[in-house]
Amino acid sequence: MSEALPIVEMRDISIEFPGVKALDGVDFRLFQGEVHALMGENGAGKSTLIKALTGVYKIDAGSIVIAGQARQFHGTGDAQSAGISTVYQEVNLVTNLSIGENVMLGHEVRSAFGVNWRATHKAATEALARLGLEELDTHQQLSTLSIAMQQLVAISRAMAIQAKVLILDEPTSSLDAAEVEGLFRVIRSLRDQGVAILFVSHFLDQIYAISDRVTILRNGRYEGEYPIRELDRHALISKMIGKDLSALSSLGGNRRVDQRDYAAEAPLLAAKGLGRRGSIEPTDLDIHHGEVVGFAGLLGSGRTELARLLYGADRADEGEVTLHGKRVDLKNPADGLGRRIAFSTENRRDEGIIADLTVRENMILALQAERGWSRPIPRKEQDELVEKYITALNVRPADPNRLIRNLSGGNQQKVLLGRWLATKPELLILDEPTRGIDVGAKAEIQEAVAELAEDGVSVVFISSELEEVVRLSERIVVLKDHQKIGEIVNGPGVTAQEVVDVIAAHGVEAAAQSGIIDAEEGLHANSAANTNGHPLDLTEEHS
Amino acid sequence: MTTVQTPRVDAPVEESALSKIAARMKRVVSSNPSVLPTLAAIVIFIVMVIYGEIAYGRIVQYNTLSNLLINNAHLIILAVAMTFVILTGGIDLSVGSIIALSSVAGVILANAGWDPWLVIGMMIVIGTVFGLTSGILIQYFNVQPFIATLAMMFLARGLAALLSTRPERLDEESPIRWLGEQFKLIDGEKVNDVVVTPGVIIALLVVLVAFFVLHRTRTGRTVYAIGGSESSSALMGLAVPRTKVLVYVISGTLSGVAAVVYTSRLGIAQNITGIGWELDAIAATVIGGTLLTGGYGYVLGSVVGALVLGLMNVLITRDGGIPPEMTTIITGGILLVFVLLQRAVISKRHT
Amino acid sequence: MSTVARSSWLRDLVHKPFFWGLIAILALLFLNVLKDPNYLAVTVNPVNGNLVGNLVDILRASAPILMVAVGMSLVIATGGIDLSVGSVMAVSGAVAMVFMKNAGQSDSIGVALGAIGLALLVSAILGVVNGVLVAYVGLQPFISTLIMMLAGRGIAKVITEGQNTSASNEPFRWIANGFLLGLPVVFLFAILIVAIVGFVVRRSALGLMIEAIGINPKASRMAGIRPSGLLLTVYILSAVLAGVAGIMSVGTVMTVDVSRTGYQIELDAILAVVIGGTSLSGGKFSIGGAVVGALLIATLDKTVVFLGISSSATPAFKAIVIVVLCLLQSERVRSWFVQRRKPPQVQLDQKPVPSKQEVAA
Repeated sequence: MSEALPIVEMRDISIEFPGVKALDGVDFRLFQGEVHALMGENGAGKSTLIKALTGVYKIDAGSIVIAGQARQFHGTGDAQSAGISTVYQEVNLVTNLSIGENVMLGHEVRSAFGVNWRATHKAATEALARLGLEELDTHQQLSTLSIAMQQLVAISRAMAIQAKVLILDEPTSSLDAAEVEGLFRVIRSLRDQGVAILFVSHFLDQIYAISDRVTILRNGRYEGEYPIRELDRHALISKMIGKDLSALSSLGGNRRVDQRDYAAEAPLLAAKGLGRRGSIEPTDLDIHHGEVVGFAGLLGSGRTELARLLYGADRADEGEVTLHGKRVDLKNPADGLGRRIAFSTENRRDEGIIADLTVRENMILALQAERGWSRPIPRKEQDELVEKYITALNVRPADPNRLIRNLSGGNQQKVLLGRWLATKPELLILDEPTRGIDVGAKAEIQEAVAELAEDGVSVVFISSELEEVVRLSERIVVLKDHQKIGEIVNGPGVTAQEVVDVIAAHGVEAAAQSGIIDAEEGLHANSAANTNGHPLDLTEEHS
Repeated sequence: MTTVQTPRVDAPVEESALSKIAARMKRVVSSNPSVLPTLAAIVIFIVMVIYGEIAYGRIVQYNTLSNLLINNAHLIILAVAMTFVILTGGIDLSVGSIIALSSVAGVILANAGWDPWLVIGMMIVIGTVFGLTSGILIQYFNVQPFIATLAMMFLARGLAALLSTRPERLDEESPIRWLGEQFKLIDGEKVNDVVVTPGVIIALLVVLVAFFVLHRTRTGRTVYAIGGSESSSALMGLAVPRTKVLVYVISGTLSGVAAVVYTSRLGIAQNITGIGWELDAIAATVIGGTLLTGGYGYVLGSVVGALVLGLMNVLITRDGGIPPEMTTIITGGILLVFVLLQRAVISKRHT
Repeated sequence: MSTVARSSWLRDLVHKPFFWGLIAILALLFLNVLKDPNYLAVTVNPVNGNLVGNLVDILRASAPILMVAVGMSLVIATGGIDLSVGSVMAVSGAVAMVFMKNAGQSDSIGVALGAIGLALLVSAILGVVNGVLVAYVGLQPFISTLIMMLAGRGIAKVITEGQNTSASNEPFRWIANGFLLGLPVVFLFAILIVAIVGFVVRRSALGLMIEAIGINPKASRMAGIRPSGLLLTVYILSAVLAGVAGIMSVGTVMTVDVSRTGYQIELDAILAVVIGGTSLSGGKFSIGGAVVGALLIATLDKTVVFLGISSSATPAFKAIVIVVLCLLQSERVRSWFVQRRKPPQVQLDQKPVPSKQEVAA
């Protein structure tokens, strides 16, 4: 399986951006003929490491050695000529051209009379054959293929340029179980042909199904490299989120012990079968008055997607939402706001702040939008409002006329929180409100959340930090792979460990059903040699 | 899991020639859905010809069709230019104004005694310079295409007005006029002859070269790729910045060529020439099946689109009932209809 | 005043974008004074008490430009553009002239009001077409308004049957040529309208919402702003203001010239907006800046004539200024000037900004 020398060796890589060290002394090795997974939570540095390997970023310290030669990448072209090819999550091909053309774009076979299409399509078919796709009609437009097939075409493009290293960045996010299986067959075949494959994904089961080894990053640091067989799910998750097993079990919920009997109350909001194709499976969810509900799950589990449906930021394809017992249609954020729901997005920069407006203008914006353009909020009321929230949330500098772009991330987040609080919502959804914020500001925001609940406001709290969710929520909704897999009622004795258990355990049953792993192997091992008979034909070399 | 495949016909089957052609056409259409709008444009052209013949007569004859080509040669060249730019998802609003500046400058220089070949070269180079400026503004300074080319449009027209505000008549003896001279290819009865001018030949050459570039060179395929997805093209390692500037250079240069063709035929240049021609070029391109958002379209379709517009003008003149002022409204209306249709088709595709 | 307070007051002023526009106006006036020391003289006409002088002429000439510049500011602030303002002016003028001509050349105020009302109504309808295409159908603003720009002139020609229609109506003529309290009525109307628009836009939440949409359409939507209605409104407003400009323009000579009325005024409008400090990519706008820009253009036009330079040179000059200002606004050039922080040695990847249309849908 592995050669003596790794084909890629990255040592002590560091990359710094203004204000943050994205990678700090990271090592990484990749051998020919292996599938190597790169794992880590949000902000761990996965994508930064990949970008360093593909030439998008220059490294500040450390070395990159490819096939025994030290390399300095000054751009993506350098990495490509070193034999490194990448297939991204959003398949980076051009759908308006044919399949064959996409495979050979930039490397068409040329003659004195221009491009020789016959020879080019032939070369494309040969590249596709390496993946067992020689039956495809290369003259068809790429858009006629499903995303799964387009992805395979992207991989064969890499093969067409004789790539030695294939990086697959979240390749399965848009695929269903059968398509994933098809992809895995191709990956195994390529691995057996000697290609070195770097596999980035947050789907635990898939990592266990396909990888040989795994490297874990956390907070920009190298956490370790392990053969997947030697690492069980619990250990993997704990290494990713940074607490060892014993520490996890000691982080308890300190929610109020006097819990209300929510089951007896009519919920404020009831969602039945709420879903959206491609982002979240049909889900049932009740939220009660003054309740704090936490959404817990790993990256990509569908937390944000579900929350957006509750606000109207995205439109649901199926299911319904009732508010105060009456059915409502949430087509856009204005609908949500009008129904006294507020949503603080996780993407501050793109969907949160209006950069060139002042703190004051940003803060009153939602309230103003609700009232309409013809009823401007009187300046006096604006000043009072802004003063109130600047003080309550401790926004620094306390200057309402400063442009919001000049505030630190934490203070921007507080201003945005003020924006939503100003609308006096009945339900406030907070998506990653403490991400990228210093410790002091984090505590302030968490306190504000607790106070809100005491005032009778329902809160949905989403965070990648499990201990936060456990500390603040009364009920924890656990999500995984675009669906809700369970609920945990919080109380003394409930720990982050329990959430991890739910996530880890759920995967096994589901994965066994789709044939990716052997159920008997359970949580603790990878069965890479496991295959089922399947329609997609591959080359003879594969056993 | 089903893959979408076209079954290969391996076993030899006895087919009639017609069904072979039909099968081939079906294959072309299914592998290139964007052929359909272009075919539609051809159908529209044929329908207009038939209607014209029935309603007004004397359409389907040599001299009408010859004149169609002769009078619209410059528009055909502009449509080709615009196709390149629109395929990348951009736009060039300066083409008409470049023609004004180029032709006024050319006539003045020619009348001043400059060598005619040099003058022709200058006229083309003026276009190239404007195209290059647009391209640089758009690619390297991130100015939006419509703003950059709008500014060039105002600039070119302003410079033309600076040179002259009255009609400049090209010297009768000037060799440049030769490009507009008519040559009989086929002598029909009375005036019904097939006539071409060197200008038409130039236009046809431009079309052929453009076709070759777009369908048989890497640069041409990069143009299509940029229109499909600029970010993907960059990630695929294509020379995106260079190609984006190049399409504007091509557009400007071809505008210069169109100026030569037009001026040689008309013999007169004025600073108000070409007002609205950018709309005609865009309309020709859109009618011919090129999507305004880029990535889909054929240069041959744009040629058909130009001929459709030209024929429309002929029919309107023949009709006599429609005032000439209506032509801009009609062109605008047709363009609007086609753009709306394109939008409807695209949004259907995405659901 | 202490030195510190004084210098910061000056610094704020200098940083206001239209400051340089004001300086340019003064510079142009200075050039004129060099040629004729009496250039700035304003005298009172003893017969009718009207103010007379070059400055008064500049104010008169600036009125239509003020109208389109203000309308264009709002449209550009939302991230769009309105290329049809010149053609809408022509249509508006055509409607007014034809109406008054058919009303029998009377001097009644009723006829004048009818002409104005009809002209503005037609302008508004054209604005609705633009607005619907951009806000609800989702077409790119440049293509919808480009079509309107060219079709609009055709419409004007159809209305006047290709003729440059003249009419006579004293009240109407007075609007463009008359004086009130010594000042040109047309300028007073212009300032009044600008003040009303500025008032409505800034005192209501309209201005804030327009800026929000222009700066970050996605975040604006998440904050509950509904872009469609706003976009429709600004395009209608732009068209109506162009209609007013058309009335002012044809009123001076009581003739509509279907080819020349409003010809290339888009250039002036865009230039005025950019001089006034509004970025062409949308966001924060300044009505005051647009006013300064319009005054600057009027001053420039008059100066060129006064100094004997061929007026056909001005469009080229204006186009160059637009290009230069665009460059100054672009990120690349900005980064050449701003060296405050150590430039990052890696390229940070940028998420692509969605088009305004994608969000308006």
